[in-house]
Amino acid sequence: MLDVTLCGVQFQNPLVLASGILGLTGAGMYRVIESGAGAVTMKSVSEQERPGHPNPTMVGNQTYFLNAVGLSNPGIEEAKKEIEHFKQLSHAPLIGSIFAGTRDGFVRLAEHIDEMPIDLLEVNLSCPNVGQEFAEPFAYSKEAVKQITKDIKEKTKKPISIKLSPNVWNIAELAKAAEAAGADAITAVNTVSGMAIDVRARRPILHNTHGGVSGPALFPIALKCVYDMYEAVKIPIIGTGGVTTGEDALAMIMAGATLVGVGSAVYYRGEDCFQKITNEIKDTMNSEGIKNLDEIRGIAHETMNNKQITIR
Amino acid sequence: MRHDSPLMLPIAKVTQENSSVKTFWFDFALQSHPGQFVMLWIPGVDQKPFSIAYDDGRRFGLSIFAVGPHSKKLFDHAVGERVGVTGPYGNPFSVQKNRHYITVAGGYGAGPLGFLAERLEETCSTVDFCIGARTSDLLLFEKLAKKLSHVTVHVATDDGSRGHHGYVTDIVRELLEKKNKQKKDTILSACGPELMEKAVLNLANEFNVDCDISIERYMKCGVGICGQCCVDDSGIRLCTEGPVVNRKTANTIVEFGKYHRDKTGKKIDY
Repeated sequence: MLDVTLCGVQFQNPLVLASGILGLTGAGMYRVIESGAGAVTMKSVSEQERPGHPNPTMVGNQTYFLNAVGLSNPGIEEAKKEIEHFKQLSHAPLIGSIFAGTRDGFVRLAEHIDEMPIDLLEVNLSCPNVGQEFAEPFAYSKEAVKQITKDIKEKTKKPISIKLSPNVWNIAELAKAAEAAGADAITAVNTVSGMAIDVRARRPILHNTHGGVSGPALFPIALKCVYDMYEAVKIPIIGTGGVTTGEDALAMIMAGATLVGVGSAVYYRGEDCFQKITNEIKDTMNSEGIKNLDEIRGIAHETMNNKQITIR
Repeated sequence: MRHDSPLMLPIAKVTQENSSVKTFWFDFALQSHPGQFVMLWIPGVDQKPFSIAYDDGRRFGLSIFAVGPHSKKLFDHAVGERVGVTGPYGNPFSVQKNRHYITVAGGYGAGPLGFLAERLEETCSTVDFCIGARTSDLLLFEKLAKKLSHVTVHVATDDGSRGHHGYVTDIVRELLEKKNKQKKDTILSACGPELMEKAVLNLANEFNVDCDISIERYMKCGVGICGQCCVDDSGIRLCTEGPVVNRKTANTIVEFGKYHRDKTGKKIDY
């Protein structure tokens, strides 16, 4: 009922752990699979280890979750051990994630990770939290998206998904640029740029001043990005951003997502949010008479294009 | 109630626990349990986890040893200055009725165990309060524990400057060997250096007694999101499913006593 295929990879359900949440260790990702996720995305890795920003790196409340971790990771060589450990513990699909400050860095990482047992490679062109270090994210430039996608495709046999940012006015155009350059999928969205100020402390809460907003506040933004991209590209979309309920996930799929990324929901509903969300998806599918997810994928576009759909 | 947005609380009082540990007091009803922790934010510096050493329902205290830049900065703070507190977080020590507790503290790991001993006063449980340190001036909560009628205090120092000359776990072994004289079921509660904790777990397994251990791992978020404190192979998060785990769970942590991960996620051997 919930099984999905994307880029030739089989998923037991459409929920994918989003990159940056619980994805540091193989065992941590294994537990997410045990908690009901269909697949996991590892935390983005770079060539060299990075300690990330000092704390506070995360702060959450009822409406939003804000983070500026600063892409901490142990570097690709150490991450390889975690990837292998995950594959010893679980047969579920693993999505690798890489980021670099330069085009050449991305190419070297892609070449390196190509030998590792990942099922799909996500290319993180869109982290908003390392601005001063790397200038603006590549995901803000059509030219950069095109070039890096093309370069990486030449170096890896793995299917690649380009992770885009909601901090642009033309995400559909950027998705088109990635598709034209050979991308196999799009992951959208990364977090939207934001900040929080503690009134009593009279200063920003995040040590990095600003960060990325996820959680419920991101959901309607992400949903529109997915909706817009679905009209622009033919490649599948991993719809990510603020999904916390089964209804959110179904709306994402109706907007056009093939898989649904889940991250901050772990904060809102616990690590078993994956099980809770899949149960809610099944309940709604049963009550709405939806037999499989292909039946409803992108259906919100059809209803808007005046195709006759009877709702009983 | 868990506070995830920083409470900017003024330091109400600072007291000296021993030659290097100070307790920072806050007049706030945190409603925490022994073994839980708070994240303490010094704006502009950093935010780190600290276990709660005192909570009487009206105010709470954090007993801190100045080891790094963050805690050293805190030591420069005057009474009245505000710092950011979030929490309380994490799984606490079990507080059970009619048991015999052997609490095992090493160095500044004693933090939550004085608080635990106090909470056990109302439970009809008895306590052998074992504290170890390198030298006598680094012992924590000896006076506090001695005031409690249900508690017997045992001391060990590495240099023999006070109490047993050697490891605190030597005392624990002796107590366990004598356990048949007690009518209550024994439970070990440990907090301290990891290799001491591993020795306590081995004793719990050898003598087949219950055991709660507070295990420390590098934490960033404290709320179960970042994955920094997930342990091999189960992947449980020590900020959420821990820091206190029972014997069964501790036995599943294959990295316990072997390695941990630094802030990049790289493995570091003990």
